[in-house]
Amino acid sequence: MATTVLSPRAGVYQRSRIYEWLTTTDHKKIGIMYVTAAFLFFLLGGVLALFIRAELAAPGTQFVEAQSYNQLFTMHGTTMIFLFVMPMLTGFGNYIVPLQIGAADMAFPRINALSFWMVPLAGLLLFSGYIVMDVARAGWTSYAPLSIVEQGPGQDLWIVSLILLGTSSILGAINFIATIFKMRAPGLTLMRMPIFVWTVLVTSFLLLFALPSFTAATAMLYIDRNYGGGFFNPAMGGNPILWQHIFWFFGHPEVYILILPAMGVVSEVLPVFSRKPLFGYRAFVIATALIGFYGFGVWAHHMFTTGAVFLPFFAFFTFLISVPTGVKMFNWIFTMWRGRIRLTTPMLFAIGFIANFLIGGLDGAFAAVVPFDYAIHDTYWVVAHMHYVLVGGSLFGIFAALYYWFPKMFGARLNEGLGKLHFVLLFVGTNLTFFPQHLLGLDGMIRRINDYAPDNGWTELNFLSSVGAFTIGISILPLLWNLFITFRGPRDAGADPWDANTLEWAAASPPPPYNFEVVPEVRSERPLFDLKYGHLLPAHQVRKSGASRVLTQGLGAHGGDRGVATGGVIPAAPGTTHDEFRLDSPEEKFGKPVEGHEDEHGRPRGITPEAPEKAAPIDPSARADHEK
Amino acid sequence: MTARSGVVGPRREDDPGAAHGAHGAESGVNTALLGMLLFIGSEAMFFAALFGAYFNSRAQFQHWPPPIHPGETEFHLDLVLPVIVTAILVISSLTMQWAVWRIRAGDRTGMNRALIVTLLLGVVFLFLQVYDYAQLLGEGLRINRDIFGTLFYTLTGFHGAHVFGGVVGIAVILSRGLAGQFSARHHVAVEAVSIYWHFVDVIWILLFLTIYILQ
Ligand code: HEM
Ligand SMILES: [Cu+2]
Repeated sequence: MATTVLSPRAGVYQRSRIYEWLTTTDHKKIGIMYVTAAFLFFLLGGVLALFIRAELAAPGTQFVEAQSYNQLFTMHGTTMIFLFVMPMLTGFGNYIVPLQIGAADMAFPRINALSFWMVPLAGLLLFSGYIVMDVARAGWTSYAPLSIVEQGPGQDLWIVSLILLGTSSILGAINFIATIFKMRAPGLTLMRMPIFVWTVLVTSFLLLFALPSFTAATAMLYIDRNYGGGFFNPAMGGNPILWQHIFWFFGHPEVYILILPAMGVVSEVLPVFSRKPLFGYRAFVIATALIGFYGFGVWAHHMFTTGAVFLPFFAFFTFLISVPTGVKMFNWIFTMWRGRIRLTTPMLFAIGFIANFLIGGLDGAFAAVVPFDYAIHDTYWVVAHMHYVLVGGSLFGIFAALYYWFPKMFGARLNEGLGKLHFVLLFVGTNLTFFPQHLLGLDGMIRRINDYAPDNGWTELNFLSSVGAFTIGISILPLLWNLFITFRGPRDAGADPWDANTLEWAAASPPPPYNFEVVPEVRSERPLFDLKYGHLLPAHQVRKSGASRVLTQGLGAHGGDRGVATGGVIPAAPGTTHDEFRLDSPEEKFGKPVEGHEDEHGRPRGITPEAPEKAAPIDPSARADHEK
Repeated sequence: MTARSGVVGPRREDDPGAAHGAHGAESGVNTALLGMLLFIGSEAMFFAALFGAYFNSRAQFQHWPPPIHPGETEFHLDLVLPVIVTAILVISSLTMQWAVWRIRAGDRTGMNRALIVTLLLGVVFLFLQVYDYAQLLGEGLRINRDIFGTLFYTLTGFHGAHVFGGVVGIAVILSRGLAGQFSARHHVAVEAVSIYWHFVDVIWILLFLTIYILQ
């Protein structure tokens, strides 16, 4: 019936908009959906954690029985690792990596959409345990034989859900690797890639080679549970330790999967807000690759107490892997050293990351000392360690990414005041929650127990820890409020609100579907920096690339805020005047040029990331204050 | 495999990277083919874990298959059928490669013929595997018999599933080949499926050596 009463156009428009999101293959939309889904799972996992801490706040049974308690920590751990941190980092990777390498999309956009949709599906499967009233309760590590003895569909749902998530991650990893290898902008050699892209690349290789063994392990578990298999059953000639071997062969690379992209974020944020290039770019890249490589040789440090592993080898490799991790600490600290620090919210989260990760890393190094590990294995020391690196590290990195890239993704900056409140509450809450757990662990409190005796002497520290957990819970409120008001406010952040270095800030905020109209040619690992300030360098260093031509036109024309993507305009960041860069010798500001200033095409090369002490500002009087 | 880029422009059979014009392609590998190689890398790790489980379990026993149930006669695997199916799979790898060479030379009919032979060999392999399973079940080798039964059916079962996937892939490129969609320049899907098929073949040879020969 062709009636025109019900404005059919409006109806069509509304439906098509939802349809557009459901069927999109645009990496930016998929990235936003990843981030959103992961954030919802973060809230869910957080509520589970608050139940755990409420139960442990005092001796005796408060809210949950032992069985429900086991379900709580199992679902909490599984959710936070597989449904929050991994999809969240994948989401930022999805949104940012193609932009940072000057590509229009991922290499396989439809597979990308498939990878995403598996995540909410897997989440539903996992949590449907609460509907069928049987939830997995063998911990996120699901050690056999416990995970076999525990009957009921909960554990099977866990298995199926994790196989789905694993497949999603493997497909995602293939996509990232193909994108990064095949779709970089002209001139963007591997050693000019932004560190975030590097960390995503190494993470993808870890996923590609570590996750399949986990999938195999869960498949074996499924066979043992449902078809009477004997992989982990000694009565049939199987071996329960086998589960631990395969699980941790995946599990240790997994912890670097959870941290490397967050390290990448921190390495993007620190240079921008210190107004210096990353200290030791090359060393950082090598350290990242080494971590990925060694990560496959240390799994048995989770199994020292089984007595079934060759201790010297695994202890040695575990110490070895701490070295590149330590190198990165120096990279970050010397990046800030004598830099012109702007304490914006992303910067605060990045600094918080460094502080927390230092503690978490040292905890890990202690645990790698075999005799020490015999004392603290399966105690709250391990809980403290993993949360210092995962909450203090990964989560802080994720929030740094959120505040840093939010203007790119949504065209508006989050409120700084609320952001700082969020940071302070989270930082205090994190340390209040997890520091006391070291002492509890040393005092012998084992993990995964739902109760303890009043005369253990653990009451005060546990109470403190629970107060900290609720502080973390409260810290989310300013974030939610911040998101709410920012989404309602104007979208006027402009293309480059932070005066940043990398290509994503050359596109409009948010970028159009095709990302870039003109893909700039890249001459260094800070292409946008070159674009904006390259003309301030002496003539022999000026980059005669398409990029700088775009820039020159852009700045000369109208200095608007629409970015290269919509007319080749790069804005000067607020507070950035050209006076700021009037220096005695540009080399002292920008670092020293590469030896033999020309590359193989006779064009000038980029700036070396080395020599940071020279890159420090030497003319403080010309300094523009970026803070409000 | 039909993993293609849908980024810009129409679907293309080869090199989605080309849709990006000047974008840097470091190596010469086609993007879809790179995707397939990476996928095979992850598949290799999947089977590595299964092999790891096999050797880990094997190492705990002097006799293999292990005498779990006292008084039981030792179980012996027959070699005739496994040798036949191994030969079938190896030949099918050759015919697959023949298909690739034909299409590289622009010979569509030749490719289709080779693909049909490959497809048939794959199907025969699957049928023989099912037949083998039926025999072994009759002889009392069940998945829940002991660790050997579990390992045997899991390893060969996952391999069989991959053969099945390969057969589907061959069927897809065969139907596209019959529709005349490939040429000497545009046939990345054929290359991708062939790599996958060779991989499945290699895994079988390793399985054969591990389960039947090394014992
Ligand atoms: C500085 C390098 C690191 C070293 C030397 C190290 C060492 C260790 C050791 C020896 C254990 C086993 C403790 C035990 O169970 O007795 C452990 C557990 C753990 N580590 Fe680390 N670690 C490091 C970094 C990290 C990072 C970066 C993450 C994650 C982002 C992480 C996450 C975990 C987790 C989740 C566990 C506990 C797993 C469980 O049993 O549930 N570690 N670490
Ligand atoms: Cu580890």
